[in-house]
Amino acid sequence: MEISGAKILIESLKREGVEYIFGVNGGAAMPIFDALYNHPYVKLIPMRHEQGAAHAADGYARATGKVGVTLATSGPGATNLVTGIATAHMDSIPMVAITGQVYTHLMGNDAFQECDVIGVTRPICKHSFLIKSSEEVADVVAEAFHIAATGRPGPVVIDFAKDAQLSESLFRYPETVNIRGYKPKVDGHPRQIAKAVELIHNAERPMLYAGGGVVLSDASDELRELAIKTEIPITVTLMGLGAFPETHPLAMEMPGMHGSCCANYAFTDSDLVIAVGARFDDRVTGNLDKFAPKAKKIHIDIDASCIGKNVPIDVPIVGDAKRILAEINKLVHRVDIEPWMRQIDEWKEKYPFEYHQNGDNIMPQYVIEQIYDLYSDAIVVGDVGQHQMWAAQYFKFTEPRQWLNSGGLGTMGFSLPAAIGAQLGCPDKTVVNINGDGSYCMTIQELIPAVTMKLPIKIFIINNMYLGMVRQWQELFHQKRYSGVDYHDNPDFALLAQAFGATGLRVERIEDVRPALEKAKNINDGPVVIDFIVDEEENVFPMVPAGAGLGDVIRGLA
Amino acid sequence: MAEERHIFSVLVENRFGVLARVVGLFSGRGFNIDSLNVAETDQPDVSHMTIVTHGDAQIIEQIYKHLNKLIDVIKVSNLTTENHVERELVLIKVYAEPHRRGEILQIVEIFRARTVDVSPTALTIEVTGDEGKLKAAIDMLRPYGIRELVRTGKIAIMRGVTK
Repeated sequence: MEISGAKILIESLKREGVEYIFGVNGGAAMPIFDALYNHPYVKLIPMRHEQGAAHAADGYARATGKVGVTLATSGPGATNLVTGIATAHMDSIPMVAITGQVYTHLMGNDAFQECDVIGVTRPICKHSFLIKSSEEVADVVAEAFHIAATGRPGPVVIDFAKDAQLSESLFRYPETVNIRGYKPKVDGHPRQIAKAVELIHNAERPMLYAGGGVVLSDASDELRELAIKTEIPITVTLMGLGAFPETHPLAMEMPGMHGSCCANYAFTDSDLVIAVGARFDDRVTGNLDKFAPKAKKIHIDIDASCIGKNVPIDVPIVGDAKRILAEINKLVHRVDIEPWMRQIDEWKEKYPFEYHQNGDNIMPQYVIEQIYDLYSDAIVVGDVGQHQMWAAQYFKFTEPRQWLNSGGLGTMGFSLPAAIGAQLGCPDKTVVNINGDGSYCMTIQELIPAVTMKLPIKIFIINNMYLGMVRQWQELFHQKRYSGVDYHDNPDFALLAQAFGATGLRVERIEDVRPALEKAKNINDGPVVIDFIVDEEENVFPMVPAGAGLGDVIRGLA
Repeated sequence: MAEERHIFSVLVENRFGVLARVVGLFSGRGFNIDSLNVAETDQPDVSHMTIVTHGDAQIIEQIYKHLNKLIDVIKVSNLTTENHVERELVLIKVYAEPHRRGEILQIVEIFRARTVDVSPTALTIEVTGDEGKLKAAIDMLRPYGIRELVRTGKIAIMRGVTK
């Protein structure tokens, strides 16, 4: 029996095990939405803005490890997805973004709501397809999911012309996918692995440096085994938090611009850096000339183009982190690095994350500490800015996929919709959204579907009435010229939440912080928003200023 | 690091958008393409690109890796490091009043070039060869006045058969 291209798409998604599609309807996608109507297996989650739809699909993927799917119409629907696709691309998140496209005979004619989506998204996705005939649909979906989920994962765009959605073909889903130009290498070269093991055994001041790739490759167990077996100290990046428990004695916590002094000093003194699924990002390395100058470097990464991109590597190992770490674990033994560990412990003890109470103000770090105390098992979805750094510093993550945030692109507005995706993907988990007053407003409309679906997301706004991270830079580097960062015109977020149909609370005194967080724990019939009015000009420290080396970290203002 | 010229031979899927992906890889990173030639191979679903580019060793390595990363790219070889043959074809329209035509035709002869078009005031000459030969031919013809010059960009192929 022949069925429409739109129906073939949904049946193909079902074959791929897709439970949810996060979308916003529009003219050129109507046949797809029609095929989703009352579908028994593939459920449509209508969002209020395409950016929110993309972040929700992304949050679902980050929380579950499965491919997230988002759907929008042509033209403005597709361009609104762009930020969400770029966000997923920078953090290597498996996602399939489907856009309606105008009829093929209108393409290139400046038709109503037409946009060259393939052209616009080319540099921000892993791959893209244009479907011009319903006969192509099943093969394209199978290839798209294969590409999105394997190798270094990433978003794949499917642009789907409306006439191809409507025309009918036989549905036959391919059993296997074979793309001759795409064969990701998963096993590490044994000779390279042997070289790495030799370096590990001979190092005096070794350290592990793990990133988001460990989470993506589901290699957290292998990473823990390596660290614990060798007793090598470990720093985990913002994207990898939870891959190794931050409560463990070997944990040095996050490195980089706002990372721990211990991790940054360790890089500066180390003689062997073992990088796993981390990409030597500029926010981690600081000034490259001063980065880990005494260290040999081992780099394990599935993406060969990541190796040697920023930092010369002595032992590159291309492949899947999980498999490579498992091989290394078979060969390594405990290393005797007593003096080095004494130094690490001294740094840790001397320079912990710390802040000073300012009068009666609620300190943002205090709010995070209390959230951690009450919600230590929750999935935490952070947004971008000061609150993100404080959450990374003061919440001690212990499990992979427990901390979701836009690390690479740094997309403000990511967290609320991503929390929706995470909550749908993990219905039995508590989902906490730590947001800023600036970032919250960027996708605040997604509170509507959260209320409609009665999702019990805890939305905690660290409200300092500023675009705080930018204000901090202006304070430190622009003589306090607070240009374009004053958000004292913020609305009352508690009242606003109530207008949306959510529970809204406002907290202005220190003694009310914990009771409010406790109260939120027991509100499970829908989202709860707590607006924490915090110290306005608190800064994030430690801080490695742009251009400085990690050793020149500023621990705080005198 | 010293900049060097490199020739990449790239086999790609013969479908729309592939050229844009390859070119986008260069433009998005601020890498320069010196010349680019694309055409079908003897397999209709595979195209061959010869890309001439330059950069230091790190940039060349990045180009190689990013070309490999493209889904539509089937195979990448850096011919500069291999034993290879390279050719380029140039069409030169040169001013040739009747009294100078003889001299120009002598130059054509010397370079084993060909005259492909003639008009009362101009000759169009086809020269094939490597970079050095083309440069020499162009330099010899320049004094007569070059009206127009079109080059194919380099094409290259590995010598022998790799096992």
